[in-house]
Amino acid sequence: MMHFQPVILWTDALIYLLLLLTLGFIWYTRRHEHLMQPWKRVARSRTGQAAMVVLLFYVIVGLLDTLHFHPKSGDDAQGGTIYSTEVLSLFDQIAGSLRTQREKTYSAPFALHLFSKENIEQPDGGTRRDFPRLKYGGAHLNASADGRFWDISVKAATGALQGAVVWLLVLLLLCRLDPRRLVRLLRGELENPWHVGAWTALLLMMLVGGSWELSAYYHILGTDKVGEDVFFQSLKSIRTGLVIGTLTTLVMLPAAILLGIMAGYFRGWIDDVIQYLYTTLNSIPGVLLIAAAVLMMQIYMSNHADDFNSLTERADLRLLFLCLILGVTSWTGLCRLLRGEALKLRELEYVQAARAFGVGNFRILVRHVLPNVMHIVLISIVLDFSGLVLAEAVLSYISIGVDPATNSWGNMINGARLELAREPVVWWSLLAAFAFMFTLVLAANLFSDVVRDAFDPRLRQQR
Amino acid sequence: MTAYIIRRLLYALPILIGVNALTFVLFFVVNSPDDMARMHLGGKRVTDDAILSWKQEHGYEKPLLINTQASGSAVFTDTILFEKSLRLFLFDFGQSDSGRDIGHDISQRMWPSLAIAVPTLLVGLAVNITFALLLAFFRATYLDFWGVVICVAMMSISGLFYIIGGQFLVGKLLNLVPISGYDTGVHAWKFMILPVIVGVIGGIGAGTRWYRTLFLEEIHRDYVRSARAKGLSEQGVLFRHVLRNALIPILTGVVVVLPLLFIGSLLTESFFGIPGLGSYTIDAINRQDFAIVRAMVFLGAVLYIVGLLLTDISYTIADPRVRLE
Repeated sequence: MMHFQPVILWTDALIYLLLLLTLGFIWYTRRHEHLMQPWKRVARSRTGQAAMVVLLFYVIVGLLDTLHFHPKSGDDAQGGTIYSTEVLSLFDQIAGSLRTQREKTYSAPFALHLFSKENIEQPDGGTRRDFPRLKYGGAHLNASADGRFWDISVKAATGALQGAVVWLLVLLLLCRLDPRRLVRLLRGELENPWHVGAWTALLLMMLVGGSWELSAYYHILGTDKVGEDVFFQSLKSIRTGLVIGTLTTLVMLPAAILLGIMAGYFRGWIDDVIQYLYTTLNSIPGVLLIAAAVLMMQIYMSNHADDFNSLTERADLRLLFLCLILGVTSWTGLCRLLRGEALKLRELEYVQAARAFGVGNFRILVRHVLPNVMHIVLISIVLDFSGLVLAEAVLSYISIGVDPATNSWGNMINGARLELAREPVVWWSLLAAFAFMFTLVLAANLFSDVVRDAFDPRLRQQR
Repeated sequence: MTAYIIRRLLYALPILIGVNALTFVLFFVVNSPDDMARMHLGGKRVTDDAILSWKQEHGYEKPLLINTQASGSAVFTDTILFEKSLRLFLFDFGQSDSGRDIGHDISQRMWPSLAIAVPTLLVGLAVNITFALLLAFFRATYLDFWGVVICVAMMSISGLFYIIGGQFLVGKLLNLVPISGYDTGVHAWKFMILPVIVGVIGGIGAGTRWYRTLFLEEIHRDYVRSARAKGLSEQGVLFRHVLRNALIPILTGVVVVLPLLFIGSLLTESFFGIPGLGSYTIDAINRQDFAIVRAMVFLGAVLYIVGLLLTDISYTIADPRVRLE
């Protein structure tokens, strides 16, 4: 008897595909010394280490949020299991109370009271207009909330300590249970600056542990208009950000690579057609093309509402479509780069030699041209990522982004921006979304710089 | 030169035809005019009569490609393709779905867009080049290192944050200028200053870093070494030689966006309530006014192509080595 029924949404499937591709890529790279070289350079960079650890934390949350299932809702008369139509993720399950404990409306971070006044029934039967206590936030404290500050400090410290312990155990495992190696690692005495990554991880683990412990008792980043926990929303938005940043590249990659190297390799009319294609697409300002396509999709979806089984499915398809359309607008840059590189490569001796030996065009493309443009592809994947994450927020603001039902930083900002006009200001939703987005984009930017420096042969010669 | 420009303009034609075909497919084939009408009238329970009258009102009742009921050239001209799509080539944008003349609206709303976009571009350029020169002058020092770190951090902040933060800080807390709105004539400066400042600050990170890379690329060239060997001071090298040579890529980067300044910035304009083309587009998107979105897509493509042409011409002016053939 299963307690859940797995669900694979479209974006989930693509994420699994991406994960498989990444694993395959890692496996392949590890077996080839010349492919490992640039990655070793990445590992030797301190910035790269720190950025990679931050990205890893985001990716873990995103992956946990990708394992979707229908929870069990009860048994029917024959003893079979009935599954709820609701779609949950493993992350929802782990977050538990964070998801379910909803307040009535806005409340500030660590607040005990709601943000707006209400009529409260008094024990003597009369009513009083005041800020009511929150249902969940700080509910374990007594009526006058004595020692709240002390309580928060203790809980944060316990959580951070737990996080540190987990960190130490994981690190010890990674050092193959050799304490001496662990000490050397933390002191930075190993060949790579692993200690930078390790200390970054400690900082993050303490942060995760502390906020984990606190979020069971408080709304550490407050609640939004409908009383949902902002911390939870910010974490859920990670998946959306990552999906936009990675799947967009994944869906546009085949077209960009194929057309790019074909245009450069074959030249002639094939080149003309492909150039015409990407100049045309490129000449439409990106936002306008996205707007036009998303508007058309909205009409299609509202006219074919019956085709979608659930709101989650619909929101998911919309997310995928957004990735597709973003891909259409962004593949041209990579395609042009690859065309230029292929033009150069086709004149090189080894390609000429292969052609002289009578190797077919297809084989030359796959065996000789493609491997030698892969560094460009990789650099453009990591460079595009941060721009796409930022673009999601902007597009959601213009209401041509993800579905309003999807958790995303853009939607959080969009929902909260009008509240700045309130007195006092509701700032936490905005700030939380910006902070989470900033951390991800900053890490991605730093990482992409390191990757570019390591992979671009031109930059390497300059040093 | 003239022959080159004419040839380039002729090359632009197939691209515009492509853009036109793409918008036609997107707006009329993916969803039929019936779907559009249903969307506008709301929901599924719309009678066929209502759809027909909506289509007639907005001129969507004609056949898509070929009008079999007409005679003569009207077989092709009395169709949606001709009326709604091909007319764009004559810059005849037709009427918006709410019945206003789009061409007139665009010519009106262009100016506020320019009033914000041009100062933002110029001030931004001056600020970014200054910072980049500063970093290039102090290259490989702590100032350079931290300057780049700050640039990367500023690049990583969402553009929305700059706008919302700027409005909140300057407009609400300090109460210096109005948060949003616009005025005609001289009084417009009050409303322009905040968007311009926000736009400039938002662009500093990426801009400074980009220009710094350009300068550093030039600094490693042979002619710079010769200049130093002749005994020129570092300032002299930087301003007389590096800056001038780096201006070529900077110039081409700027010229290509010049025509697009007409369209303005979607975000800035809608946040600050500036009645330019950017907010026009956003309003159209929110109202689902397809005629306007279609017109703006076409206009954007035209301006982009003009930008490319201007870039090529500016090359010949800035760099005498380049000849247009």
